[in-house]
Amino acid sequence: MSEPLLRVTDLVKHFPITRGVVLQRQVGAVRAVDGVSFDVAQGETLGLVGETGCGKSTTARMLARLIDPTSGKIEFDGEDLAGLKGRALKDARRQIQMVFQDPYSSLNPRKRVGSIIEEPLRIHGLLSEGDARRKRVQELMDRVGLNPEHYNRFPHEFSGGQRQRIGVARAIALEPRLLIADEPVSALDVSIQAQILNLLKDLQKDMGLTIIFIAHDLSVVRHMCDRVAVMYLGKIAEIAPNEDLYAHPRHPYTEALLAAVPSPEPGRAGRARALLGGDVPSPANPPAACRFHTRCAYADAICSAEEPLLLQRDGSVAACHHPLSG
Amino acid sequence: MSAPLLQVENLSVSFNTEDGVVKAVDGVSWSIEPGQSLGIVGESGSGKTVGGLTLLGLTRSRRTTVTGRAMFEGSDLVSMDDESLRAVRGKGIAMIFQDPLSSLHPFYRVGDQIIEAIQVHSPTPKKVARARAAELLGLVGIPDPSARLDSYPHEFSGGMRQRAMIAMALSNEPRLLIADEPTTALDVTVQAQILELLDRLRRELQMALVIITHDLGVVAETAEQVAVMYAGRIVEQAPVNELFSHPMHPYTWGLLRSIPKLTGPRNAALLPIPGRPPSLISRPTGCAFAQRCAYAEDECRVTDPVLAATAQGRQSACLIPHERRMAAWPALAAGGTEADARKVVRGPK
Amino acid sequence: MARYIARRLLWTVVLMFAVSVVTFIIFYVLPSADPAALRAGRHASPQQIEEIRHKYHLDKSLLDQLSFYFKGILLHGDFGISYVNDQPVAKLVFSRLPATISVAVGAAVLWLLSGVAIGIISAVRRHSKLDRATMSLALVGISAPVYWLGLVALYLFADDIGLIPLFGGSGSYQPITEDPLAWLNSMILPWVVLAVAFAAFYSRLLRGTLIEVMGEDYIRTARAKGLPERTVVMRHGVRSAITPIVTAFGLDLGALLGGAVLVEIVFNIPGIGRLAYDAILHSDLFLIQGTVLLAAFFVIGANLVVDVVYAYLDPRVRYE
Repeated sequence: MSEPLLRVTDLVKHFPITRGVVLQRQVGAVRAVDGVSFDVAQGETLGLVGETGCGKSTTARMLARLIDPTSGKIEFDGEDLAGLKGRALKDARRQIQMVFQDPYSSLNPRKRVGSIIEEPLRIHGLLSEGDARRKRVQELMDRVGLNPEHYNRFPHEFSGGQRQRIGVARAIALEPRLLIADEPVSALDVSIQAQILNLLKDLQKDMGLTIIFIAHDLSVVRHMCDRVAVMYLGKIAEIAPNEDLYAHPRHPYTEALLAAVPSPEPGRAGRARALLGGDVPSPANPPAACRFHTRCAYADAICSAEEPLLLQRDGSVAACHHPLSG
Repeated sequence: MSAPLLQVENLSVSFNTEDGVVKAVDGVSWSIEPGQSLGIVGESGSGKTVGGLTLLGLTRSRRTTVTGRAMFEGSDLVSMDDESLRAVRGKGIAMIFQDPLSSLHPFYRVGDQIIEAIQVHSPTPKKVARARAAELLGLVGIPDPSARLDSYPHEFSGGMRQRAMIAMALSNEPRLLIADEPTTALDVTVQAQILELLDRLRRELQMALVIITHDLGVVAETAEQVAVMYAGRIVEQAPVNELFSHPMHPYTWGLLRSIPKLTGPRNAALLPIPGRPPSLISRPTGCAFAQRCAYAEDECRVTDPVLAATAQGRQSACLIPHERRMAAWPALAAGGTEADARKVVRGPK
Repeated sequence: MARYIARRLLWTVVLMFAVSVVTFIIFYVLPSADPAALRAGRHASPQQIEEIRHKYHLDKSLLDQLSFYFKGILLHGDFGISYVNDQPVAKLVFSRLPATISVAVGAAVLWLLSGVAIGIISAVRRHSKLDRATMSLALVGISAPVYWLGLVALYLFADDIGLIPLFGGSGSYQPITEDPLAWLNSMILPWVVLAVAFAAFYSRLLRGTLIEVMGEDYIRTARAKGLPERTVVMRHGVRSAITPIVTAFGLDLGALLGGAVLVEIVFNIPGIGRLAYDAILHSDLFLIQGTVLLAAFFVIGANLVVDVVYAYLDPRVRYE
């Protein structure tokens, strides 16, 4: 196997909790991301799934260098992004672009769509001639299924689905190699979701994009991704190729997540299922050892004593003392 | 078949706005029997939420016009005066909402909010009401209920807040609970807990449940009957298993084909419904779905279809004869193309 | 919470110290008449002026003057002597305080009650004729300068020069301890004049927040429970919308207790505001310091009270 496009090693993000007005001292930390490692191969789509507080969005924002990691390495094409500054960081950012969840709040309402889409070109000093830039923007609009003549309209004149297309056009304007999509369809109606998902798949095929796809909806992730990493409280519980993960979950949390998804498929509804009790614990004070042991049906003494390592077992990698057999 | 608990007949709701009159709900009829569950499913702007709020008079204002009838236990909720309707709210019909954090008052303790709900409909000594509130919190699965009465909503987790909302809704033993997107703001494992709770309560308390949602999966797991809404109208109504195994309306087909699934072939392309819903201010003539429908004929752009009984217990609003629609679905369900289905739907010319 | 208050009180001391240092420096740096000459009177000899200069340490450096001043406060509770009145500043200030409290507190009660009532009614009957009328009047009330409104009020209703002589006019102030009825009679016009702008502002503020709050999800929940509309508005709506009012009220009252200068001057009321005004006119340093410190004390104190009350009103706010 060739070198991965992205290699994340032991990535950590702790948000400090401070007390005091003048002299702030740290009294604790929200361990949003607490030692996450994974690879993404060129052209692959990796899914990050998990519930509130699992750290998937924080991970995404660190990969795009919107926030700095507390520690860990983010190697993109062999170069560590965590240490980059200034010019080098700007160049790296060209390669990594992001699509955000809320198409209503992630576009500046006072700017015309054309100028929103051309902004990355301007920032990176590409196509400095107005005409060329405009032509490129209209190409991009056409590419994502927007009418290029609507170049001069404002975001509020578009529907939710169209706005998300604008967000996608902006993200691909610089022809990035890695696209990070953070819950790109959660705010959209179901019939519109499919339009955006298909668009992302098409773009991936045409541009050879590598995608990190973050979502809480397991059926959407199943549709989009080649491999899936399941996160729980800042750690990866399981990472596996798509088919394996959905057919044979190894980690009890993955199993519970899958069982919890309500599904309109005849035969799946009404099945007996093991429901997880309780809520996700706070990432400011996660359970010791295995973080899932407080809600796990299979937990025993070792689970609250020793942290399980992410271990490879035929294709799947799971962090569990009692992995489920296929 | 027993008498319906609530019978909605030809309900319409329109709002007077600066842009014109928005017809949010346009002649909707459905009914529910005691202890039954009905799912109302639709996308944003389909009128599903407005319809639910209107039943409790929560959309009443000078800018709103409501017509039609909603007969609940012998009286009409639409024409009822405010004071009589107030006696129904929370007592005959209770309601829970999408976002439990914003739906609870941030400044009052959870227990006090439940006690208030108990006392408004029957004068109850504070002590008795408090004991009852604790009992209700226990019933909805909140551990250590007596102590949690004194918590504020922000001290609860998302799932516990929705449980508290449900406890409050149950406080006067309503015959009907309307749940408007009750799990949309929750994580999937918590959603499963809440759906199971609602189902258990419905059975144990013999309380009818109307669940309003955009999520076909939620409907599949909680409802016995399902009504699919589009542009302010019900386009199809059927028992839940029938709806998912033999959907009859092209819009329902579109919905089912556009969602990714947890089982079956993974790389099957998603088939989105092209375009978007029509304006509710100037509704197109003919069928409101015709512009997005792959099977629409000239007639569909002229004649407005009515919701009509097709098979036993099923209704749909489509001009294409239902036998031909029934014949088209199996191929579509298997991932067949719309072109092939169109041949079946149009029949031999 | 106790620790929080303790820390805030400590801050109060630090801030008051800073405020007095700044006032001292301003007084020292800005050109003004020689305070010693002012104190000595019109026909004083240069020698007398020198004596006074020495007696009040006016011949010393800024630093020395500051240290004398703070030593006096800390060791003897002595806030200095007013050059003009030849009386201890503390005594002067305290003798003027009741008049200012009378004006400020009375007006505050008036504007709070009327502002809140008008705000609620306007919000509930939004777009009604009543709403439009009161909100237009409120705009006028906010825009009208206090001294102009005061003079108009005197011209219309004062018992000496008024067209319809009803209430006590300028200079009719009597301490409440001496003649409560005369006190009340003299206070009515100042109260109303001072309250108008605040009431107008509060009603508009409350109307705005209440309209916003009435659109919240929890109001819909309250209605869905079957609560009477009055309870929905008062217990659920106003309860939330009142927090910014409480904040504004605390700060406004605190600021006024430091001296309601314009009203005190128009109605010739012997309060802190007049005292400060006169002190500034006569470059009476220690008196200026005294009134500034008092005003700072009230403003900082009001801020603390507001923060504490806020935590009580909104349980989501907790201070460590």
